[in-house]
Formats: sequence, C-alpha cells, structure tokens
Amino acid sequence: MTLEPIKSEIEANVSGCRLEILLNGSPSGQLSLLIDPEHALAVAKFLRDAEHLRFDYCSNVTGIDWPGKEISVTVKTKKIVDGVEQEVEEVQKSQSSGCLEAVYHLYSMEKKHGPVILRMRTENRTDRVSLPSLTPIWRGAEFQEREIFDLYGVIFDGHPDLRRILMWDGFEDHPMRKDYVEPDDYEYEPTAHDEVLQKAKQHLNRAGWP
Amino acid sequence: MSAATLPAVHLTPKPSIDGSEGQLLEVSMGPQHPSTHGVFRMDVVLDGEQVVKLKPVFGYLHRNHEKIAEQETYLGSMPYTDRLDYFCSITNNWAYALAVEKLAGIQVPERAEYIRIITGELTRLQNHACLIGFLMQDMGASGTPLMYAFREREKILDLLEALTGSRMMCNYMRFGGCRVDFPTGWLQQAQKVVEAFPRFLDEYERLLAENEILMARTQGIGVLPKELAVNAGVTGPMLRACGVNYDIRKVDKYGIYDRFSFRVPLGEHGDVYDRYMIRLLEMRESVKVLQEAIRDIPSGAIMDAKTKIRGFRPKAGEAYGRIEAPKGELGFYLISDGSPNPYRYRVRPPSLINLTVLEDMCLGHNVADVVVILGSVDIVLGEVDR
Repeated sequence: MTLEPIKSEIEANVSGCRLEILLNGSPSGQLSLLIDPEHALAVAKFLRDAEHLRFDYCSNVTGIDWPGKEISVTVKTKKIVDGVEQEVEEVQKSQSSGCLEAVYHLYSMEKKHGPVILRMRTENRTDRVSLPSLTPIWRGAEFQEREIFDLYGVIFDGHPDLRRILMWDGFEDHPMRKDYVEPDDYEYEPTAHDEVLQKAKQHLNRAGWP
Repeated sequence: MSAATLPAVHLTPKPSIDGSEGQLLEVSMGPQHPSTHGVFRMDVVLDGEQVVKLKPVFGYLHRNHEKIAEQETYLGSMPYTDRLDYFCSITNNWAYALAVEKLAGIQVPERAEYIRIITGELTRLQNHACLIGFLMQDMGASGTPLMYAFREREKILDLLEALTGSRMMCNYMRFGGCRVDFPTGWLQQAQKVVEAFPRFLDEYERLLAENEILMARTQGIGVLPKELAVNAGVTGPMLRACGVNYDIRKVDKYGIYDRFSFRVPLGEHGDVYDRYMIRLLEMRESVKVLQEAIRDIPSGAIMDAKTKIRGFRPKAGEAYGRIEAPKGELGFYLISDGSPNPYRYRVRPPSLINLTVLEDMCLGHNVADVVVILGSVDIVLGEVDR
C-alpha cells in the first residue's frame, strides 16, 4: 500500500498531528509512518474506523531500542596560537539521547489489505519513556505492549493492565535493551576440571602423543 | 439465639478478590497441570464452580529467544526457530526464511516452493491431528482418540525424518530454498500417506463428531464473538471458527499458494465445537493441496544459486514476513543494520496473542470447561514464552 495518500488523509482528519514517512533500505519496501505520541490515539482511531481504510486488525506490536550515539561535529574556530590568530578545526563530541521505539503492524481483515506500519518514539531512554497505549483501540496489542514494557521499559499510558509478562515481578532491569548487562549472580561450583586436564595431559605424554 | 444477635465475624479479605460477598475462591491452575499443555498458569477466581475472573500467567519457559537471535548470525537462528512451536518446526522455518527473503530480496526456485508447500501442509495435518486428540484427552476421553491421532501423526513424522533427519526439530528451510531434496521414493510414500489420510478423518468423524458427550461438553461453550476476535488479533482456526474469512494463504498468497484450489472452512458460532470441526475440515483441504502439489511438482534446483548462505549480510532495512501457521499468523520482524546478525529480531507468536481472549471465553463457565476452552485455543508454550 502506498503511504502518501493515507498520510494526507490522516493530516486532513486529525488536526495538528505531525507525521513523517520513514524510508526502508531493504527490497521489502515496507515504509512506515512515524506519528507523534500526543495524537497517536486519534490517528489510530481514524485508521481503524475510516470507511475505506478499516485497519481493524493490529497484528504485530514490538519495541526497538536505539541507544544514544556519539556525534562528532567538526567546527572551525578562531584561536590565538603563538600570538597569531588562526583558524583551527576542532572536533566537538556530544552524546545523543537515543530513544525507544514502538512499532505497530496493521492489517485490515475486512478489506484484506495492509500492512501499514506505525512507529512512535520516546524522548529518551531514561526518564521520559512514556507512550500512549493503543490497547483501547486494538485489544490485540494488550499482551504485546506488556511485553515491550517488560523487556524494553516503555511505559504505556492508558494500558488496562501494565505488568511484567515474561520476567517475574521482582525483576528490575529490561533485558532486551542493547546495553543490558547480565547480573553476575550465578552460583558457581568448583569442578575438578583442571586436575582432570592435567591427568589427561600426563596420560597423553606417556602414550607418546604429540 | 436469633441471627441478629450473632456477633459479626470479620475475615481478612484476600487482596486479589474484590467484592467479598459470597464465597469466592482463588485457585492457581498450573504451572504443573496436565491440561495446560506445558508450564502455563491461570489464576482463576471461582464462585462455586463458576469462573468469575481469570488471569493467565506466562514466562515459565522464557529464555529470551529474541535476544539470543540478535547475537547470532541469520542462519544460526534457523535451528532455534524449531524450538518455538515444536510441533510445527517446518512452518516456523518457513516464516523465518520468508522474512529473511523479503529483507534481502531473494527469489525461491519453483521446486523449492513446492517442497515448502508439501512439507508445510504435512505439518498442518499432524498439528491438527494432535490438537483434536489432545482436546479429546482434555474432555476425558482418555487414551484412545489421542492414540488414533498419534498413529497418523507418526506416519507424517516418519516422512519428515526421512527427509530432514529429525522427527520434530527439522531445521529444513534455508534462505532461498530448502536444505536437501527428497530421497528416492519419498514422494510415493508421501502420496500413500496423504491418500490414506481422509480414511482417518472419516473414521474420526464417525466416532466422535456426533457423540453426545462431545456435543454436550463443547456446543455453546467458550463462545467468542466475531468483533472481539478481530479486535483482539485472534488468528488461525480460532478466528475462522467465529466466521471471519481470513486465511493468510489466500490473502497474501505467499509462496505459490495461488496455484492451488482449496477452500477456507468457516464456523458459525465460535464455540469449542466449531473450533474442533474447523480443524477436521481444514485437514481435508490440506489433503487437497497436498495431492495437487505432489502431482504437479517440477524438477529443478532447490536452492537459489545467487544466495550466499555463509557470510550472509543483507542491506540495512527492515521486513515483516508472515505465514498462516497451523496455529495462526506466525510473523517474523527483522531489522538489519548491514552486519551479519540482525539488529532486531521479533517473533509474532500466534499462541500468545490468541490467549488475549481466554478470560472472555471462560467467564461464567465451569472449571472443567476452562480446560476444554484452553485446549481448543491450541497453544504451545515454547512459542508463548519464547
């Protein structure tokens, strides 16, 4: 499906929403639509209820982690070196905040078309991680949004039952994040590995192996 | 002593039960319970025999398949997809291969497409045969119907073993084709099995379809309304039992499914009986597809010659590929950043999402019906928990 007509239609019907078509470099050609979180519920409701679109089926909901990257910008500045003013190139490094992303794959069971891919991004990865829940529009997103909350740490406002789903309740971190470090809390038991290896080597030496 | 003079007794109400009128009882069904088909738990609140509230609890088999796959090469995840829905490893392979083929733009040779359809439909036959057997077991028809179904399943597993080397963990598909061609005489043997299959279906239907106990236990039980099923993202035979005509083999026509003439059976009431009958009817349609595919299969290559399986690095981008697995829509969502392993690897598990409506189907029914309703959803915990 081509996204441009859908985009202009949403813009005509949901006032004030900011949409952006994201390109896709792979031959699959599945473009996606980045929507702003404030108008997400209205956009979703429009896509579900519009007479000729009728995206009544939310198939796949998933999260993606985009950690912050180091951005280096080369800036020319004027500096006084050895008493002479010179133009010097300087590399300024900064850290982008990164974001968490929720992706929704929509199909229409009535019209049998799709997919339209919606994306929403949080402001950063640490404290501003809320997105509006689309479960009130499509109940199929219920467990999958819980999964994103569990594994990525996105907080879905308006979700009816936002709890961990796969990890246990007392678990603290979000394991699908790219910078997740496994806790070193395994119980190690000493084994006779080194002794056995030594014995084996002696045995091999006696037998004349290389 | 009249009732009015009796001292009031205050019991500490349990926090999870609201409305302390009457005698509500909270029961934890599972995780070690034979009817949950694995390690799955339901927190059920009961009023006498009736279900008032039901919350499924997952995660007992969670191993973060997606994280492991993101640290593995594209090909390295293929054997692991077998372990998702371990009844249907062939269709899991197929969905993953399809997503990677979309991501990298790979064409599959014609013979390989036929092989995929033959093995995939055989998988559907054995999955549905198992399911109806287990459903009978859940209803208390202990042993015999299950063994009848397993007898047929074993014939298909023998075929898969002869082809792939393994009964259940097949690891058979590759990006751009299949791993090995049929051994000598395999197709003839497959034809025999497929031709004999309707006899099993006839026998099963004669035995059970109009059985009085079966009808009493399933008709009108666990009714799922059409609108709710669509909105909750229910797919597969469960959706079609509600009367929604949505089969991805027909909608997407992935592979070469547009060449085969088969029908999509639809239910009417959306109860357990319809879900049971849908599976029987779907098996008959699968037999038709299989007969056509075995008749028409061309000779030729089974792998796309241009695809480099080792050192496979697709261009940066993303793709979502989905197929009609026996349990519903199985999808894989992949994001590549140009490196040998996927940046994001996501499985859309049909079993998990079909469980969204479990509470709605069970409310007001007896505990014994919960077992039957769960059996008719057809879940595999390897896929639910991933």
